[in-house]
Amino acid sequence: MSTESMPSSGPSDTEEMTVREAIRLAMQEELNLDEDVFIVGEDVGEFGGVFEVTSGLVDEFGEDRVRDTPISEAGFMGAAVGAAATGTRPVVEIMFADFLGVCSEQIINQMAKNRYMFGGKTEMPVTVRTTEGGGMGAASQHSGTLHTWFAHFPGIIAVAPGTPRAAKGLLKSAIRSDDPVFVFENKAMYEQTGDVPLDEDFTIPLGTANVEREGDDVTVVATQRLVGESLELADKLAGETSVEVIDLRSLYPLDTDTLVESVDKTGRLIIADESPLSYGTHAEIATRVMENAFFSLDAPIQRVGVADVHIPFSPTLEEEVLPDADDVKAAIDRVV
Amino acid sequence: MVSIDIETESGQKEALRRMLTIRAFDTKAGELFGDGELPGFVHLYIGEEAVGVGACSALEEDDYITSTHRGHGHCIAKGLELEEMMSELYGKANGYCNGKGGSMHIADVDAGMLGANGIVGAGPPLATGAALTSQIKGEDTVALAFFGDGAVAQGQIHESINLAATWDLPAIFLVENNQFGEGTPVEKQHNLQNLSETAEAYNIPGFTVDGMDVTAVYEAVKEARKRALAQDGPTFIEADTYRYRGHFEGDQQPYRTDEDIAIWKENDAIEQFRKRLIDAGTITESEFDEMESEISEQVEAAAKTAKEAKYPDPNEAYDDMFNASVPEINDFAQQMRTDGGEDR
Ligand SMILES: Cc1ncc(C[n+]2csc(CCOP(=O)(O)OP(=O)(O)O)c2C)c(N)n1
Repeated sequence: MSTESMPSSGPSDTEEMTVREAIRLAMQEELNLDEDVFIVGEDVGEFGGVFEVTSGLVDEFGEDRVRDTPISEAGFMGAAVGAAATGTRPVVEIMFADFLGVCSEQIINQMAKNRYMFGGKTEMPVTVRTTEGGGMGAASQHSGTLHTWFAHFPGIIAVAPGTPRAAKGLLKSAIRSDDPVFVFENKAMYEQTGDVPLDEDFTIPLGTANVEREGDDVTVVATQRLVGESLELADKLAGETSVEVIDLRSLYPLDTDTLVESVDKTGRLIIADESPLSYGTHAEIATRVMENAFFSLDAPIQRVGVADVHIPFSPTLEEEVLPDADDVKAAIDRVV
Repeated sequence: MVSIDIETESGQKEALRRMLTIRAFDTKAGELFGDGELPGFVHLYIGEEAVGVGACSALEEDDYITSTHRGHGHCIAKGLELEEMMSELYGKANGYCNGKGGSMHIADVDAGMLGANGIVGAGPPLATGAALTSQIKGEDTVALAFFGDGAVAQGQIHESINLAATWDLPAIFLVENNQFGEGTPVEKQHNLQNLSETAEAYNIPGFTVDGMDVTAVYEAVKEARKRALAQDGPTFIEADTYRYRGHFEGDQQPYRTDEDIAIWKENDAIEQFRKRLIDAGTITESEFDEMESEISEQVEAAAKTAKEAKYPDPNEAYDDMFNASVPEINDFAQQMRTDGGEDR
């Protein structure tokens, strides 16, 4: 399935870079291409954001287009919603996804509902970038994976890149979208490197998954950090078990076709996502596959995630609750 | 910790001791973090000692405080134990939160400490709630919320001040204006000369005090406490102070220079207070030195204990979610485990 728009691709058109650099490049290009785009968030300017994702952009585009805010998520998220409804394209940074709770009113009742309630009379071209995930000893209020919450809520598009390439392509599509798009970046991935297209027209359509590695015995559909870990695992298991690895990339819309096609081939599905297990992303994917590929399944679907707890601080506890390649391996062993 | 009377010599010495303890503790925490000993983020309180100590000294043991991500100083000022604090910074089982919380979440409700908080502006509503309990139960306690200048931009603090003012709750709202929210200076966050002007909107008293002067903070809070107990409602206090270290350890601080810091250090809270006590003959140079080395030993001992303490057992990750246990949590955990073993 060819889903990416790449007018002039060739090996020289890509460069190896980190997820952080890929995201920064996407924003830099979009700020250049469209004057209506602006960035807004806490310490995104001179400070460059706590994860240094926006660093340098204020020097290039000025304080009007790379705007530092007071620590008032409800205020500036709401301002972004109003600004988007009236002709600009805000890219909002929420430092940690956990802080989305602070501004959830503006997201849930305004951003997500306006267009629908007003009979299609408004557009909502707002992008929200935020960071998720554990692994940094950041404790419960700075380690959550909340994307299920927003993917669940009608009116919001939610994506979560698993590679540097996806990070760039998805963010560019998000910024160009006339609908609200949340980009969930896994903070443990910022240093991860990979080849990224340099073409400023390279985008990845929202709502598309990507088969990162083909295989015949079992499908692992993973998100974020677990994509890379599953790819490494698949390499290790090669010869023994042939693992197909899919980067889900888009939580909503969900690319059911790519998942079904894969499960039709392999007959087995592992869902690996760092969110709590109950009532979540795992359940949605499993249901879609059951609805569309039930008779292709040779074994029960397996979930790998966080066992309905918050992410604890202590290294021994955090390591225990966070899913990793070993958990994916154990899930594969249960069904292959 | 029982309130101290800063009018008395022993009270003054005690206040000095607590300030020194905070500085020594956070200096050590910074060192340990630099050495890669501590996981996570660490936000130090160095420079702001007079605020925490001045305020908590004016409170009684049963009073409540809520704290921030920069909470070590508040904990010590409220009388929490160094060993359990250090152990929590390490993520050890004997820490205040059994290793679940870390630096940003130390809490000890029995000591009146309702928690450090990783969410900016989340403390004041909790303090309002504690004050509400006090009013409902007819208790003689107050609740004081510490929060930063940055937090004043958060909607939820305004909602909670309005509630407390409307209901005449025994609450005290104390802004630590350390001049920055992360890398953004206070002038870029607020269109006010003094943050205490906020009080006008709620028709409650508002004061700005010198947050480098422990006595000034103490007196303001003492007054606010009296007012709260007389059922006259909350007070809003702004303490002007300065954080000497970066926002978090490892912060490159592009937003200020060493010279900026040096200007505030000339007015250092501990040094000022020490000089005052020596000039007044309350304490001698050698007594001071002795106090300092005693504290340093206590902090070192706490760090040593913490380092040697045990990490929590991995299975404890699934405890504490609910009061009554929910077996499904452990079932999920079992399902995910690589070896299916009980005691991995
Ligand atoms: C709701 C929320 N937004 C953003 C942050 C990230 N953050 C942590 S501390 C901080 C600055 C807080 O400044 P201030 O309230 O002045 O306290 P100080 O650090 O100066 O003690 C920010 C923005 C957060 N923890 N919570």
